[in-house]
Amino acid sequence: MKAFTFWDIPCNMVHTVNISRNEHSNAIRQGLGAAWPICLGYIPIGLALGLLAEKAGLSPVETGLMSLFVFAGSAQFIAVSMLSTGAGPFAIIMTTFVVNLRHLLMSSSLSLFFRNTGRAVLSFYAYGITDESFAVNQPRFKEGNWGLTQALTVHQVSNLVWILSTVAGAYGGQFIPAHSFGMDYALIAMFICLLIFQIRGVVYIVTALIAGISAAVISLYIPGNIHVVIASVLAATIGAQIRTRIEKPAKAKYLSRKAEKS
Amino acid sequence: MMSGKFILIITGMGVVTYLPRWLPLVFLSRRSLPRWLVQWLDLIPAAILGALLMPELIITGQPRHVEWLKPELLAAIPTFIVAAITRSLGWTVVVGMITFGVLQKWIY
Repeated sequence: MKAFTFWDIPCNMVHTVNISRNEHSNAIRQGLGAAWPICLGYIPIGLALGLLAEKAGLSPVETGLMSLFVFAGSAQFIAVSMLSTGAGPFAIIMTTFVVNLRHLLMSSSLSLFFRNTGRAVLSFYAYGITDESFAVNQPRFKEGNWGLTQALTVHQVSNLVWILSTVAGAYGGQFIPAHSFGMDYALIAMFICLLIFQIRGVVYIVTALIAGISAAVISLYIPGNIHVVIASVLAATIGAQIRTRIEKPAKAKYLSRKAEKS
Repeated sequence: MMSGKFILIITGMGVVTYLPRWLPLVFLSRRSLPRWLVQWLDLIPAAILGALLMPELIITGQPRHVEWLKPELLAAIPTFIVAAITRSLGWTVVVGMITFGVLQKWIY
């Protein structure tokens, strides 16, 4: 397959190269349908971040540029609070790096679905990988009824809503209630549902529980966000071990029964 | 009025955020991965979601400590049930938000 260029993106999907305009707008609609819970969750968080950024001395333009360049909620919150305490660039950049290391795992997991996709498209896709877009796109790719257009729509819409709500917060956060009724729970509820989608057997439940418990414990001792990375790696490793232990004896039993029959 | 220091900060933050998002996607998608790695990566989403959620539900404060009666945890019970029964993101988000809003407004 030829390498994609940026201007090809809107009219190409992973598996089909030539799709009609109708299918294309359908794909965008599917992407929008998948993106709305993310947007709903981003609005209160973005407003709160914009407000904090304004208090830390950033102009609305600076806040918007930061959201565009970085597009990572928790890292931006930390950066803003570090800025207001007078931290230097090196400390802020290193902290951002550690906080966002978890995307390494998400990007690796997504790489399974992009066997034939060109580098340019992947480079564009990588920009929009967040906890939220990953959790929304990954199970759909896995089911096989999701394409680049849908996934990139999720990325672009959530990116746009994020930038706009952080800028709105910087302009007039004090006039908008950042903690309006139940809004703070939108992303948590979304993660709960997406976790349910991931559960395809006992081993997934065990993995999620190990990850959750160890993340909670580690977070008590290590500040920042790195507990997500440590706990996920630990839990997936244990889960994979459990699966091979269970699968191997089952397979051996099946084979010996087959041998007996013949 | 934008200072060079600020531009340095957001550029640096942008680069160190982009690299972990970009490297595996571009380099792993070209290779056929060993079976154990595929199996491991298959469990990563469940692990990440568990690791992101649990601290939200039971950890609070600065310094961090365990708090068993957070409204987040109570609201998670109906949210999990609705998610498991309906398997609908929309219903789950709506029920979660309403439960949490009610808990926060009238109970906590």
